[in-house]
Amino acid sequence: MSPMARTAPVPAATDPAIIRNFCIIAHIDHGKSTLADRMLQYTGVVQSRDMKAQYLDRMDIERERGITIKSQAVRMPWELDGTSYALNMIDTPGHVDFTYEVSRSLAACEGAVLLVDAAQGIEAQTLANLYLAMENNLTIIPVLNKIDLPAAQPEKYAAELASLIGGDPEDVLRVSGKTGMGVEALLDKIVRDLPAPVGDPNAPARAMIFDSVYDTYRGVVTYVRVVDGMLHPRERIQMMSTRATHELLEIGVSSPEPTPSKGLGVGEVGYLITGVKDVRLSKVGDTVTNLAKPATASLPGYADAKPMVFSGLYPLDGTDYPVLRDALEKLMLNDAALVYEPETSAALGFGFRVGFLGLLHLEITRERLEREYKLDLISTAPNVEYEVTLEDKKVVHVTNPSEYPTGKIAEVREPMVSATILAPNEFVGAIMELCQSRRGVMGGMDYLSEDRVEIRYRLPLAEIVFDFFDILKSKTRGYGSLDWKADGEQVADLVKVDIMLQGEQVDAFSAITHRDKAYAYGVMMTGKLRELIPRQQFEVPIQAAIGSRIIARESIRAIRKDVLAKCYGGDITRKRKLLEKQKEGKKRMKMVGRVEVPQEAFIAALTTDESKDKAKK
Amino acid sequence: MPSALPLGDPAPSDGLLPGQALEGAAARAFGLYVHIPFCAVRCGYCDFNTYTATELGGGASQDAYAGTAVAEVDFAATVLKNSGLPARPLSTVFFGGGTPTLLPAGDLARILTAAIAAWGLAPGAEVTTEANPDSVTPESLQLLADAGFTRVSFGMQSAVPHVLKVLDRTHTPSRVPQAVRWAREAGLAVSLDLIYGTPGESLADWRYSLETALSYAPDHISAYALIVEDGTKLAAQIRRGEVPEIDDDDHAAKYELADELISDAGLSWYEVSNWSRTPEQACRHNLAYWRGDDWWGIGPGAHSHVGGVRWWNVKHPTAYANRLGSGLSPAAGRETLDSQTRSVERVMLEARLNSGLEITSLGGLGDTGRHAVAGLIADGLIDPAAAFRGSLVLTLKGRLLADAVVRRILPD
Repeated sequence: MSPMARTAPVPAATDPAIIRNFCIIAHIDHGKSTLADRMLQYTGVVQSRDMKAQYLDRMDIERERGITIKSQAVRMPWELDGTSYALNMIDTPGHVDFTYEVSRSLAACEGAVLLVDAAQGIEAQTLANLYLAMENNLTIIPVLNKIDLPAAQPEKYAAELASLIGGDPEDVLRVSGKTGMGVEALLDKIVRDLPAPVGDPNAPARAMIFDSVYDTYRGVVTYVRVVDGMLHPRERIQMMSTRATHELLEIGVSSPEPTPSKGLGVGEVGYLITGVKDVRLSKVGDTVTNLAKPATASLPGYADAKPMVFSGLYPLDGTDYPVLRDALEKLMLNDAALVYEPETSAALGFGFRVGFLGLLHLEITRERLEREYKLDLISTAPNVEYEVTLEDKKVVHVTNPSEYPTGKIAEVREPMVSATILAPNEFVGAIMELCQSRRGVMGGMDYLSEDRVEIRYRLPLAEIVFDFFDILKSKTRGYGSLDWKADGEQVADLVKVDIMLQGEQVDAFSAITHRDKAYAYGVMMTGKLRELIPRQQFEVPIQAAIGSRIIARESIRAIRKDVLAKCYGGDITRKRKLLEKQKEGKKRMKMVGRVEVPQEAFIAALTTDESKDKAKK
Repeated sequence: MPSALPLGDPAPSDGLLPGQALEGAAARAFGLYVHIPFCAVRCGYCDFNTYTATELGGGASQDAYAGTAVAEVDFAATVLKNSGLPARPLSTVFFGGGTPTLLPAGDLARILTAAIAAWGLAPGAEVTTEANPDSVTPESLQLLADAGFTRVSFGMQSAVPHVLKVLDRTHTPSRVPQAVRWAREAGLAVSLDLIYGTPGESLADWRYSLETALSYAPDHISAYALIVEDGTKLAAQIRRGEVPEIDDDDHAAKYELADELISDAGLSWYEVSNWSRTPEQACRHNLAYWRGDDWWGIGPGAHSHVGGVRWWNVKHPTAYANRLGSGLSPAAGRETLDSQTRSVERVMLEARLNSGLEITSLGGLGDTGRHAVAGLIADGLIDPAAAFRGSLVLTLKGRLLADAVVRRILPD
């Protein structure tokens, strides 16, 4: 068993041979943050008394949801056989929406700790990330966590892990992040098994950005892994994708608080501060080089973040529009994947069409806007981006159903995903039924162990963005897990369904659906609105239509009585106050033609009942 | 009056009124409301400020109540005089409750006599008391008539026993024709109060109640939809599912039936819930509320209004008696209405009357009201001919949607 390192290797003067760069691949709830905390403690970089549970998850939302949205890197010293090593733990985002960020974090490492809950086994996203790590030729250290739990089945899941990565179940480490058991052995194994980074110290500097975080006081903090050469403070650097140049105001390592250094050399991991205020100027995946002695080729793997899911965000109170605009501007500083543009809805007023990486990204962004900026928001049903080709060959990209072209359409293409679902084999039938009903095409199925299967489907993205995961969870009694990645597009028979109140189209309720599902959508939405919209002084027909063809209808009966019977001397003040309150309430109504629709009806019609749990993918 | 008092400004302990109350006072009628806060039993639907006999003592007891009320009459006369208001005889007096006739007729007469001594009665003044059909006798009614009462309003509510039971009303339906006959013999005009939409009441039950009431040939009928007020026994019973919920569509159907049968019997509506045989037999005291006249409300929880100044007395009879006993105003709070608020109240109240609301006067509140008129006609809510003459008068459909009409004509 190793002691804590007596002397820590000094940044900028560390031989790559004593550097070990690794990340932890784990599903949420499988204890990654707790294990990371324990490592910080055992290596002495955080004193026990300073331990905050889950030290690395800084944002409140992250801590509450137990997920890591943004990754970070921590340098820890560890001594083995008389040598002090520098261990860089690169934290990876644990969610499907952030696959690209995960891939860059993996690219910054030589090895990965595959951490799996000994009571639950591997989950779909972990498996996806494991495959990604294996494709990147990372050395994998399989670890079962929470072995202190009574429900732990270490033999079963050790066998599962061993068969996945092709090793011996005996080599699967067993730890408990909670008690600390096995953690020192894990640190030793990281030093022993992981290869040291290799690079050319004399070549022009090349460092890969794997994370970029906006800090109110310091501006953008960029996390890099140096591949070749060396970066020094005060020199000018260049971002190779944009050719933008900056002065390196500060360079250093996190341990875990930022600690300036004299530079970063081959294989080292640390942070850069250039004073820029927008993470878009420091993009994940980009290569940093020295302006005076620039590299000729950038590191491979860079890609622009591409939004996949779009939703309209509208302030409940129209006067909050400037607040929402400023809030989005601020969030953008810290979120290179977030894109938005102003949008107007006849029903909802002024708002923004916002593009997200996925549903969790949407939920988190919305929650941050509501919590940090005290906004009440309506978000429209999430949409994907359709490519519509008209008969005159004109091509239109549609992210909002109300922009769907009305002219003659030759072809509509929709984005596709390849999805991986892991679940106990008893649920295979239910999962296939669900995927089939979502226009899925099965790609294959494999047994991970004797009772757990991996099912692969190709599905339209539009079919999984709304309630797919909720239904998957309920059909598998919570055991099913899902991962997906973009997988091209396909031509599909899609139509736009409009919803009309008293003949007036309500843009917020329009939807693009497959022709076979248009009727079901129409019936669902008209039925929902009939329940949600209060009776008016006249009958209100609610119709669903494809073009001019009505496919579903409902009607709200006219209200017959709206009068307080009694109004005598002692009632007048009370009645006047009630009237003032009702007038105030009327202001919160959105007018659709002559129909008063409460804001709550919009919110309720546009959300599913389970939307709150949905974020916990 | 409602159980919860409004939130207002503090009322001065001397009760003196600001100068605003004086403006135009000489042209306004002046009335008196006397609240009698006692009932034999507490009805399940009632949220009025009322108490059973055994609940109260001291100056608030039934025995002492007339004396306490007279003390407020004297206090009122002094305040109005000291505030500089002109002396005005009473145009109307109304004794409500509670059950005024739970007090001995002599007590009611004593309070009225004190009021007449303080202000005098205008020629042809209307003096009403509410009464329970089983708490009157030929003698008590005669005594009231002799004291100056001109009108009695009986709380009949329904002619159907199972409906009366849900309402916790104790009287037997057969008492009503007898009480009406005695009142007529004493020379009193008669009004009957009915309630519709009680849980469990069928449309046939309601028709029977209406036909029964009309068979007594009253001069006036008030028909109120049952309102389930928070904090009442009935509200709790509905919440627990022991009694079915109130259905507005059922209320609408019953209102339409009431209007049909009462009109067929020769009475006409003059306010949303009130019908009279002739315009002169309309309840002038209530009309004074709806037209913004001045009145003083005597009794715990009673509201008063003088020239845009409104106040309300402390609610509990003991606190009320104690304040008067110490020579202090019993008012708990007051509000001074600005001209905008008075206009809003005027629209809210006058729209309920068959005399209607002057459309040109809506201009004072902005353009919304006048612009809404065409839509109201199109929706069949106001009478087109009256609108053409410049008056907003509700149709039958409009009366059922009166609050919605008011919201449409008031500015946002």
